[in-house]
Amino acid sequence: MAHPTTEHHYAHHFESAEHEFESCKQGMWLFLMQEVLFFSALFVAYAVFRMFFPEAYHQAHHALDWRMGGLNTLILICSSFTMALAVNAAQRGLRERTVWQLAFTLILATGFLVVKYFEYSHKFHVGILPAKYFHVAELIGPGKEFTDPNVPIFFSLYFTLTGLHGLHVLIGMGVIFWILLRAARGEFSPGYYTPVEMVGLYWHFVDLVWIYLFPLLYLIS
Amino acid sequence: MKNFLHSGALPATGSDVAEQWNHLYDFLVGMSFFFLLIVVGAMLLFIWKYRNAKESDVVPIKDHHALELFWTLVPTALVMGLFVWGYVVYRDMIVAPTDAVEIRVIGKQWLWNFQYPNGEILTNKLIVPANKPVKLIMTSEDVLHSFFIPAMRVKKDVVPGMYSSIWFKARESGRYQVFCAEYCGAAHSGMLASMYAVDQDNWERFLSGRKLTVVLDEVKESQAASNGTGGRPTLVEQGQMLTKTKGCIACHSEDGSSRIGPSYKGVFESEVELTDGSKVIADENYIRESIEFPLKKVVKGFAPTMPSFKGLIKEEEMNAILAYIKSLK
Amino acid sequence: MSSAATVPGENYLNCEKGLWSWLSTLDHKRIGVMYLFTVLFTFLLGGIFALLVRIELMSPGRTIVDADTYNKMFTYHGVIMVFMVVIPMIPAALGNFILPMQLGAKDVAFPRLNLLSYYIFVLGALIAASTLFLGGLDTGWTFYTPYSSQSSTAVTYALLGAFVMGFSSILTGLNFIVTIHKLRAPGQTWMHLPLFVWALYATSIIQVLATPVVAITLFLVVLERTMGIGIFDPKLGGDPVLFQHFFWFYSHPAVYIMALPAMGVISEVIPVYSRKPIFGYRAMAIAIFGIALVAFLVWGHHMFVSGQSEVANFVFSLLTMFVAVPTGVKVFSWVATLYKGSIRLTATLLWAVGFIFIFTIGGMTGMFLATLATDIHLTDTYFVVAHFHYVMVGGTLFGFMAGLHHWFPKMFGRMYCERSARISWLLVFLGFNVTFFPQFILGAQGMPRRYYDYLPEFTTLNRISTYGSWLIGLGFLWCAVYLFRALRSGPKAPDNPWQALTLEWESSSPPTFHNFDHNPRVTHGPYDYGLIRKEV
Repeated sequence: MAHPTTEHHYAHHFESAEHEFESCKQGMWLFLMQEVLFFSALFVAYAVFRMFFPEAYHQAHHALDWRMGGLNTLILICSSFTMALAVNAAQRGLRERTVWQLAFTLILATGFLVVKYFEYSHKFHVGILPAKYFHVAELIGPGKEFTDPNVPIFFSLYFTLTGLHGLHVLIGMGVIFWILLRAARGEFSPGYYTPVEMVGLYWHFVDLVWIYLFPLLYLIS
Repeated sequence: MKNFLHSGALPATGSDVAEQWNHLYDFLVGMSFFFLLIVVGAMLLFIWKYRNAKESDVVPIKDHHALELFWTLVPTALVMGLFVWGYVVYRDMIVAPTDAVEIRVIGKQWLWNFQYPNGEILTNKLIVPANKPVKLIMTSEDVLHSFFIPAMRVKKDVVPGMYSSIWFKARESGRYQVFCAEYCGAAHSGMLASMYAVDQDNWERFLSGRKLTVVLDEVKESQAASNGTGGRPTLVEQGQMLTKTKGCIACHSEDGSSRIGPSYKGVFESEVELTDGSKVIADENYIRESIEFPLKKVVKGFAPTMPSFKGLIKEEEMNAILAYIKSLK
Repeated sequence: MSSAATVPGENYLNCEKGLWSWLSTLDHKRIGVMYLFTVLFTFLLGGIFALLVRIELMSPGRTIVDADTYNKMFTYHGVIMVFMVVIPMIPAALGNFILPMQLGAKDVAFPRLNLLSYYIFVLGALIAASTLFLGGLDTGWTFYTPYSSQSSTAVTYALLGAFVMGFSSILTGLNFIVTIHKLRAPGQTWMHLPLFVWALYATSIIQVLATPVVAITLFLVVLERTMGIGIFDPKLGGDPVLFQHFFWFYSHPAVYIMALPAMGVISEVIPVYSRKPIFGYRAMAIAIFGIALVAFLVWGHHMFVSGQSEVANFVFSLLTMFVAVPTGVKVFSWVATLYKGSIRLTATLLWAVGFIFIFTIGGMTGMFLATLATDIHLTDTYFVVAHFHYVMVGGTLFGFMAGLHHWFPKMFGRMYCERSARISWLLVFLGFNVTFFPQFILGAQGMPRRYYDYLPEFTTLNRISTYGSWLIGLGFLWCAVYLFRALRSGPKAPDNPWQALTLEWESSSPPTFHNFDHNPRVTHGPYDYGLIRKEV
């Protein structure tokens, strides 16, 4: 890892900039741990209902376009890559490159949300909504798109999981924008790039969640 | 309030299981007082004895491994024993004898409906035969409730969308209090019922709609009102009629022959193999699920074509259908 | 690294003045004090609801309010006491103040985050409190579905409030873990950590790992009410028992978020006032982690009658039994610490003694509920109500009071009246037992909990219980009076009034902004009483 120099003015209760950096990093990992637990309950709910209603899951996933999901997976993987480049540039004190890579990341994140918007609006249009508002009469029955009465539960989980993930993407974009501004102002140096590193960790986590969501929701065999 | 700290303070001991329960409870009370006495006794003794001790006289004991091992291992052994005892009694509490009389219970805000084999439905009055095992098969129409008979030491949550059951064998005739024990809204504390255990003769009278020879508070009225019920179909008969009116018999026979779906005959409590090769016991919860969500667990050899009856069958009707299917052994 | 020169007589309370200097402070001590006063205020609110609930229960039928109002009162009592009092009481208030000082640090690792946690807590509390004016809340603090997804009261806001407060708890836990790892003074090795620090460490782990689960669970109920996702609604194919699993996966460990810090306080207090090393330091630290670990594996014991499988009941009962072992180790070790000590029976030690008495009863009655057969009859009755009040109130509140009396001179630089403190203890201790012991008997007799009305045969015990609650109220009222007087005009506290050996007492009373005027170096264990001859 990098060796922060002592130029940065660290908080009074730390011994050195390195000490501060290490503490922040540990804090960030703990934060990500609670994020994992936050999503874990949703994954457990997903697993429980998949066990209850395997047929509903199977039928419902056909309504999700794996090409859209795949495209979004690709977009997020690329954005993780640009984020990693941004962190690397910040470590080396390359201000302009940091800004550019962060901007690329932001553009990719926007692209992800645009794709998501099309997916959602199509579903709302045809009547695929969370369970209570699901257009059961039009969509479920012999000869209709679905036959299993539990299909709406799958979409409840779909909207909850992707919705919360989308919210994380939005928050991620907010903090990326914030460090982009700070980077543009030249606040980071090889001696101090902690926020970039932390936002990077967060962004990789957001991508990782999607890497799990994609096969679980779009690719049920 | 004699013996207020052991089973003497408890509600009447209504069954053999309740008696076993009392022994366990008394042991726990004894054990609690024993440890409380040791801990608090030692604590007060030390405080009293060393209250004026000089600081220079303090013996700085940091630990004592043998002692620590002792008070780790002894409680471990004790709680393991307690677990086993608790589990043994619990087994007796939950495993109902196969010959138990079955009564169906529906909880709703804020009353209990009891559906008897003879087809009668009583509200907040549970009549059971004394000295015979009784099994209650319970569900809820709205929110969670919990069926609690203190004298029998039994309790179970009543959950919408699934069946839960309890069983007991009342030793003596008489009235027993029933509570709802899971918070269910405004009138939760008013969701009470009375259970009347009656002797065999009266139980048969009740089933056949004749006058009881004992006076059971309010039950007398309900009996008078529902006297001469010769025309009313029994629960099983109601179920049979429903399978006709709902169109079930188009696909499910009652004589064991296979039509589009499996026959009702002999299916109850039998093990059925599903299309994916796994096996399930066709109990109340499975059959209800198959009526509401027919495609979830399809029996091997049959096509997944049955439509869902979810929302089309009332809880009382569901109970009647289940009782009917069960009767076709 | 030399610390800034300090003006004589300057301390964290008077180094900056004005309301804004408090609201914008990054000093862990000031944030701790703000938490303290916030929690004392919510405690007052929750206590008023408790008194009203007890008055209503003085006689069967209507006493002062109707059933709906009663249901709202016990719900508010529960929600306030659990989420706004007992959970933050020791870690956020006392912990924030004491933890960095015991480590020899100048602050927690992330002071800004610490202040943010406080405001998140206040925000969550305000959102939850807003339900008071939006139709109330009548679900009970457990928010069980499907009732909570159908209730016409302002459940959504209450859930959001609890959700928000959860993040305050998570971030505080995170902050403490990093602080303990990274900010220990030279010589403050793991085996020299005070047990209060160990307890807060275990608590923080639970906060970080369990709170997010309940946060998302409560959020799912919000989505259920607003968007109809139906995950817990049987009518839409959902499963109400799943809610209970998720809820208790947090809320059982949450019991230890409440209890462990109190155990930590007791472990601090007893050695100081018996002038002896804590008995079995290593076993005590291990026991804390044993309890924290088992805490995650026993949630199903709240659900023995819920309709979960018999196998689950078997396993959860078995695992729950193991909670008793480390808990027993702690109780026995506290008692053994008193043996051959030099006992100073101050108010602080009285609170600790009360803790051990009440917590032992709470623990032993826990055995009734862990044992499968006995639980069936006793669960959802007043037996459970009595049990968890013995554990939460008797445990956490008595631990908190011990801690408050122990650290009051350090926090505010004033001494309180010892005699008044003992009277207050006596009132609360007696009142507590008079209030809650009869409830064990009521429960065993079959009186279900959350009952507005009850059978006439339960009247006597209910009435005794209500009288007891007045004693508790009186005790705390008296406590407020003498502590307030001490704040205003109490005699000035020396730096180390109890001759304690842990680091926080090496600072002045009250401490300076940087906590210590020298860089502390630890050369002895936290409880080496009688082992070192040290000038104190």
